Amino acid sequence: MFTRRQALLGAAATAMLAAMPPLAAAANETEIAALPREKVALVAPPYVHAHEQVATGGPKVVEFTMPIVEKTVVIDDEGTEFQAMTFDGSMPGPMMVVHEGDYVEMTLMNPETNPLPHNIDFHAATGALGGGALTLINPGEQVTLRFKATRTGTFVYHCAPEGAMIPWHVVSGMSGTIMVLPRDGLKNEKGETLTYDKVFYVGENDLYVPRDEEGNFKTYESHGDSYADTVEVMRGLIPTHVVFNGAKGALTGDNAMKAKVGETVLIVHSQANRDTRPHLIGGHGDYVWEQGKFANPPAKDLETWFIRGGSAGAALYTFLQPGIYAYVNHNLIEAVELGATAHFVVEGEWDDDLMKQVAAPGPIPMN
Amino acid sequence: MHLTLLEAALGAAAAIAVPLTAAGIMAGSPVDPAMQPAATVVVGATTLDFPLPGEFLAVGTPAVAPVERAAVGAFQIMKRQVSLADYRRCVDEAACAAPDARMVQADVPVTGVNWLDAQSYAQWYSKATRLTWRLPTAIEAAAAAAERFSGDAFSAAADDPANPAVRWIRRYREEAAAKRPPDPKPKPAGYYGANSKGVEDFAGNVWEWTSTCYARTILGEDRDVVDSTENCGVRVMEGRHRAYMSTFVRDGKSGGCAVGTPPENLGFRLVLEDRSAVAAAAARLRNLVDTIGTKIAQENGK
Ligand SMILES: [Cu+2]
Repeated sequence: MFTRRQALLGAAATAMLAAMPPLAAAANETEIAALPREKVALVAPPYVHAHEQVATGGPKVVEFTMPIVEKTVVIDDEGTEFQAMTFDGSMPGPMMVVHEGDYVEMTLMNPETNPLPHNIDFHAATGALGGGALTLINPGEQVTLRFKATRTGTFVYHCAPEGAMIPWHVVSGMSGTIMVLPRDGLKNEKGETLTYDKVFYVGENDLYVPRDEEGNFKTYESHGDSYADTVEVMRGLIPTHVVFNGAKGALTGDNAMKAKVGETVLIVHSQANRDTRPHLIGGHGDYVWEQGKFANPPAKDLETWFIRGGSAGAALYTFLQPGIYAYVNHNLIEAVELGATAHFVVEGEWDDDLMKQVAAPGPIPMN
Repeated sequence: MHLTLLEAALGAAAAIAVPLTAAGIMAGSPVDPAMQPAATVVVGATTLDFPLPGEFLAVGTPAVAPVERAAVGAFQIMKRQVSLADYRRCVDEAACAAPDARMVQADVPVTGVNWLDAQSYAQWYSKATRLTWRLPTAIEAAAAAAERFSGDAFSAAADDPANPAVRWIRRYREEAAAKRPPDPKPKPAGYYGANSKGVEDFAGNVWEWTSTCYARTILGEDRDVVDSTENCGVRVMEGRHRAYMSTFVRDGKSGGCAVGTPPENLGFRLVLEDRSAVAAAAARLRNLVDTIGTKIAQENGK
């Protein structure tokens, strides 16, 4: 039985549909059920699960499962403990890759051991607050959401329960990225195919850790305990930490990203909450989708690119020289003082043509 | 006619119970005279139509809360919400965390307290008064609120299971329609007056914590409960409308799991556990009256 209001709404919706340009034929449940299905096991960032760059078949239903893990993590070299909320146990959450026209089928699980409700808002999805309105789950529950990947690009996903819980969950670590590739792969401005040998996913998090009277970072027994103080720091808008992959130095040393001279690397960079400006020191962005959306031609030869808070961008670069590269947020205070620095270790032959130390450092000649 | 008789009898029992309890506390009690227990109201045993708290899914789509005909035993509850002055004593004795209350005069209810604060206070207050106090359950809050109880804020209009947005837009409009000008400043105790049970200030601008956990319940085709997942990290709050709040939240606007216009302030009142002999006697008297009442009813039914 429909109410009068619903009948009116229905009429309005029909009128709107009539006014809209024809969409690609919408599939019905039977057609979707007939599509091939693929179960993908996610991997922890900065790595990305194996995937095709050019799709070989037609659209599929791609299944992902993510448990939500609330846990205490260490976020810097001083041993500062942080009450993290994570998708799949990592900060940021894992990156998913599908192709345009595929269906993403996400099963989100909130284990009974967690105290908090969570959900997921996919910026790549259409409707229901990105799926947030259909995925709010309590501890002990799971939910499955399906959405059609209709737009290509790199898109943030994040937790978005209600009200003041939204920013708190996001700056507690609950964000990640999904990349929707064009079925025929990435293209340059001339429409020529671009490919990559490796893909790295760098998720940047701004963290707001309260301090005690002496200025030391405070530790808390639970997320709830940390809430009131954390919100105070959040309202100041100045993070205490800006980190890649969940902790200061998480992508340096043994965990630095590795590449070889001549290899082309796609670096996907996300920031769910705050603007950032990635820069590869000693390198460039050959092709950069600053806004992350592949329907737009990539910018070329960038020195620094701008990722708007609440988005993910992608940069393609072919390493030309060996060495240690710092990949930073080029607000250098954030890079050096707050933690937004990662490293690439690149092996290969040095190219004197590109750079040579013509005279080594020595005393200034006195004549 | 028999109903009127029964009510009169219950009313008499309640009238006796209050002064008796107060007298019992005064007589030879070791309690610091400054820590006199708060005035309570006896809410007699009653049966009420109680909309179950939490969220409900019927065949996968959100459903209106089932209303259960439920019996509640007699209990005593604070006539007024816990005052800022009383709560401050708990803070001074380092047994309670400081509230996020606005700085106002002292004769107002405490606000800016989360569920854990309310629990700490109940513990401290029980020790200080040598009585047992606890938060009411949601159904006790409903019984005490009587005609001021409203439960969930939203209508039971039929939604379209094929279009979830119909429900979202309807709720959004209902919320907008129910919006009133903000008036968050806590008012002096008694400002909102007493209800028919003598309970003061319920459904004013202070929402009250209960001990009842939020739950999501799966209903079957006949609206019977098939499965339920409790989340005790979120508790039911009663007031002008029902709200669901995370236990660590002190500011109603934070939500956490709030449905409807966010509560203006978070406070609480406590239930006094019937432990004293006087209370037991009062309960026996009420039972007796109940039995007589039932007999009268049966007589009339013949
Ligand atoms: Cu969350």
